[in-house]
Amino acid sequence: MMPTLSIFLVVSAALFSIGLLAALSRRHAIFILIGIEMMLAAANLNFIAFWRFSPQPQQPTGVMVAIFSIAIAAAEAAVGLALVIAVYRHYRTTNVDQLDQLKG
Amino acid sequence: MSSAAFVVIAILTLAAALAAATLQKLMHAALSFALAFVGIAAFFFLLGAEFVGLVQVFVYIGAVAVLIVFTILLTRRDVEKDRGFNWSGVVVAIAVFGGLIWAILKTRSVSIAAPEIPALTVERIGQVLMTGYIWPLLCVGLLLTAALIGALILVMEEKR
Amino acid sequence: MIGSLDQIFIRAKQLLLAPLGGAPDWVMQIASSLINIFALLGVFLTLFALISVLERKILGRMQNRYGPNRVGPFGLFQPVADGIKMLIKEDIVPTRADKIVHFLAPILIAATAVLALGVIPYGRNMTPFAIDSGILFFFAVGSTTELAVFMAGWGSNNKFSMLGAMRAIAQMISYELPLIITVLPVVMVVGALSPDRIVAAQGGYAFGFAPCWFVFTPWGAAAFILFFVSGLVESNRTPFDVPEGESEIVAGHMTEYSGFKYATFFMAEYIGMFAISGLGITLFLGGWHAPMRGLEFIPSYLWFFAKLSALLFVYIWLRGTLPRTRVDQIMNFAWKFMLPMAFTCVIAAAVWHYAGRGFAGWLWSLGVIAVVYFILSIFLETRKKFAPRTYRFAE
Repeated sequence: MMPTLSIFLVVSAALFSIGLLAALSRRHAIFILIGIEMMLAAANLNFIAFWRFSPQPQQPTGVMVAIFSIAIAAAEAAVGLALVIAVYRHYRTTNVDQLDQLKG
Repeated sequence: MSSAAFVVIAILTLAAALAAATLQKLMHAALSFALAFVGIAAFFFLLGAEFVGLVQVFVYIGAVAVLIVFTILLTRRDVEKDRGFNWSGVVVAIAVFGGLIWAILKTRSVSIAAPEIPALTVERIGQVLMTGYIWPLLCVGLLLTAALIGALILVMEEKR
Repeated sequence: MIGSLDQIFIRAKQLLLAPLGGAPDWVMQIASSLINIFALLGVFLTLFALISVLERKILGRMQNRYGPNRVGPFGLFQPVADGIKMLIKEDIVPTRADKIVHFLAPILIAATAVLALGVIPYGRNMTPFAIDSGILFFFAVGSTTELAVFMAGWGSNNKFSMLGAMRAIAQMISYELPLIITVLPVVMVVGALSPDRIVAAQGGYAFGFAPCWFVFTPWGAAAFILFFVSGLVESNRTPFDVPEGESEIVAGHMTEYSGFKYATFFMAEYIGMFAISGLGITLFLGGWHAPMRGLEFIPSYLWFFAKLSALLFVYIWLRGTLPRTRVDQIMNFAWKFMLPMAFTCVIAAAVWHYAGRGFAGWLWSLGVIAVVYFILSIFLETRKKFAPRTYRFAE
């Protein structure tokens, strides 16, 4: 027997906040991107959980949104990582605390 | 049986995600990130959306995780660790988690049990993609092409 | 009589499961899956052992010598000797290697290779795990191999290993695209991602005697050749074995592995070969169908293994014949030739379908493929560009 919908939402909220933790506390640019990917995945999990427990499951709306979200997240990860490499080539660092040329 | 599987997958996923968010050694964190996504794909299988689970394994672990480890390799300067950890992020994350849990537990209408649904076949997904969702499909295709060209241009060596 | 020999393994499995008749549903599922898994592992590990010695004997015969012929009748017990040798070798791990990652890499590679074997139909009703999107499962699991190769290269803390792993991953990622795009025409024509449905769609006989396998259509033949070459590259076989080129980077990502872990890498490569050949047979060569109506009394799994043996013989033949290609030649070939040809196969399959799937469709799709091939061969300038040879002698 499957757990209730609220348990799935709790797990997805936990995953989202762990992703938020990674995006806010880490100082390496790549791990901020990892945090963002985790937040997107938690949102996907939410969509699929709501689709599964919905009163009209023959409309696979949640599944469709999750599929498009995975594609978009992959594109965004590719561009983000290309940016990190380009920035590294210029400044020789990936620590976001040291990338403050536009500050003040 | 299903709830035992759920508990195991949930513990695995959350532990791997926490490891990815806090481990100092870069490579270990990247590999725990891949493990966390295996866990999320297992959740999708449990919820009956096998196609999405397989696409998740394919895209995230086969492509995004490899991208991330390659980028770590290309951007290190003999430093294997990520020093510096901003503790205020932990406070914000816990606050957000608390807010979300409060919202979920307050809502009566989400404490429902799983209805019996017909299995979602790949044919149905294909039908829906090609009839109802054809515009998003074409837009995502364009977006992926733009991302591909953009990433290549960003990483190309400038002509000296 | 014909039917019972064909289904003999299904009957055996039902006999084995009979004592558990009254058990709850999940116990039956787990027991059934366990029997499938053990049968699969037993068959393919034995096949791996057999192929490892047969390959050395066939290569030897091609090079005008006997292969191993001491250890048993015709040397066929050589894998036993090899296995004992691998097991008793000392397991050396570099001091500054990352112990966990170094240990997990061969396990992950072997696990993904064996997982991929689970969705291939080996006979009538004999698919170990018949899931709805089996082809996608195969490719999802196969793409995890790249991460495992990277773990092997990085976990060894060795620059040659890292270089070898990067080259291996570059090669594997480049050829994943043609591999998947050549599968697309088959999926399009059949309308399903399930290997069982794809095999069933190649069932009948056209004009009463010609089998309806997809390899007998122009797009199917071109797609099969592209798929086969991409499979060669994915399993790092000669002529594309740059990742394990002994004369170049020692053993690439497998340099720091000794003893049983090296045997695991070896096994994973061969099982990957079996999996890709099995998928090629399912998609293009009609799966477990017999080629002629009169030969249908031979059980379906024997036909599958006969086709598998033929494909493995071609793999070994290519290894004995062709030299290794350079890394940049491999990349050029993938991106400039195979990818456009793979897209052409998709278009040719669509043309075949809309021109009626008959003789006219055959000719039109053959025309599309021939035109694109001709244009590519002009634009890629594959003629030799060598200057006349000059000699410089020491004074």
